[in-house]
Amino acid sequence: MHHDPSASPALALNGVACTFAARDNAAQHYTAVADVSLRVGAGEFVSVVGPTGCGKSTLLNVAAGLLSPSTGTVMCFGQPLVGINRRAGYMFQTESLMPWRSALGNVMAGLEFRGMPPDAARALAEDWLRRVGLGGFGDRYPHQMSGGMRKRASLAQVLVLDPDIILMDEPFSALDIQTRQLMENEVLDLWQSKKKAVLFITHDLDEAIAMSDRVVVLSAGPASHPIGEFVVDLERPRDVAEVRTTPRFIELHNAIWRVLRDEVLKGYRQQLKVA
Amino acid sequence: MWQLLKPNPRNLRIWQVMLLVLVFVFWYLLTEPGLLPPVFFADDRQAAFFFGEPLKVLSRIWHWFIADGDIYRHLGVTLIETVLAFAIGALAGLGGGLWLALQPMASALLEPYIKAMNAMPRIILAPIFAVWFGLGIASKVALGVTLVFFIVFFNVYQGVKEVSPVVLANARMLGASQRQLLRHVYLPSATSWVFSSLHTSVGLAFVGAVVGEYLGSASGVGYLIHQAEGVFDINTVMAGIVVLTAFALGLDAAVGRIERHLMKWQPQAGETEKL
Repeated sequence: MHHDPSASPALALNGVACTFAARDNAAQHYTAVADVSLRVGAGEFVSVVGPTGCGKSTLLNVAAGLLSPSTGTVMCFGQPLVGINRRAGYMFQTESLMPWRSALGNVMAGLEFRGMPPDAARALAEDWLRRVGLGGFGDRYPHQMSGGMRKRASLAQVLVLDPDIILMDEPFSALDIQTRQLMENEVLDLWQSKKKAVLFITHDLDEAIAMSDRVVVLSAGPASHPIGEFVVDLERPRDVAEVRTTPRFIELHNAIWRVLRDEVLKGYRQQLKVA
Repeated sequence: MWQLLKPNPRNLRIWQVMLLVLVFVFWYLLTEPGLLPPVFFADDRQAAFFFGEPLKVLSRIWHWFIADGDIYRHLGVTLIETVLAFAIGALAGLGGGLWLALQPMASALLEPYIKAMNAMPRIILAPIFAVWFGLGIASKVALGVTLVFFIVFFNVYQGVKEVSPVVLANARMLGASQRQLLRHVYLPSATSWVFSSLHTSVGLAFVGAVVGEYLGSASGVGYLIHQAEGVFDINTVMAGIVVLTAFALGLDAAVGRIERHLMKWQPQAGETEKL
């Protein structure tokens, strides 16, 4: 099935703004993101980069349907999004596995919730555990696994449901650099074979360029919004470690960094002011 | 020599038993008439009158369980009351805590009254329950339930409030309905809090049963103690206390066993990750 990217993108945010009331004073407002328009075509891998605290996670929560925007609309394959985004899988930044379920139980959870018979769910979950390299670890509880293994389990938990859109919130930021490149390559391989729409949030520009078709740069908060968009025309399939040394990669990196640098400094100054 | 004998993890159990024996020996030496000259009391029989005599206490227990075998009826009544109070109180606390934690409006409405009921010295309800439910088992169970309920209730309430928001959001993204969230997220998350409260509640269920019997009944260990006290039979009172303590320990161990079975997903303190 081929989607015309201009007709109905997998995900389209139009003029989205999110304003939060301060916890102790309802009259005070904080606008995390404002006037954000963003599209992710079907099968497209889009990364969003920006300084810390610029509301990247807020955008992802809006796309997931966990947070409804103050203004603006969210469209999912041409349909306005109401409630949880059923066609999306979400890989969180922090620990999201249920600690009372084994790795297998966690991967099975989504299938169980959708009413799949236990035997079929178990077989599918075991297959995905093998695919992410956790074949023999199905009976481990999250506290018995290393950080990298937990991330793999989370990945299997999301992908076993075969979502059309995958949302990833700095999924590998807590991992060491070797494990991280391994996981990045695995995600790229899995994406290459299935061609899902991916919205990938990161603060790591290298990671963004190495993995994506397109990189969107957000301004520093409050009221952050996209200030630049770059098409990454590097050849696929890519190896995230090798692609970093190609001239085109460095060229793109310099171009994006010129836009991002001022925002990073701005965001840093704001954090100093608050502290 | 002392290096071998001093308390260490291997002979800990022996030392524990020896400590108990030591207490009994001291008790015996200080109370046995004619053994030591009276220092504190006017004549050598008074110590035995006030504190009982360990040999007679043990012989009382022997008669209760073996020679006469007449305690089983009373012990059975007390245990049934305890177990009923424990089960009803814990289940009601679990249900009430779950419901109220998920209904912010109801919880805000009822908050001052729940606090008041918890602050109230509920032992004082025993005479009222005796009037309402008679002198049989029901009034003792009611008293035990009021003691157990609030402990479990507050712990479940707290447990639900402290569910990790990321785990919750993840379960929602995986497609869990409200019911499934309750069954697969809130309930398991609350169980660790419940079990820490169950150890306290077992003791309180016992307190409810025995105090209830003490205040008015025709059977039960509390009744036996009350009867013995009426004729200044301190040895029987002491024997009753020893028997109750032993059974409370047994119930606590049973809860511990269930806990270890259900909570195997929780990391033990200091446990190494077995990778």
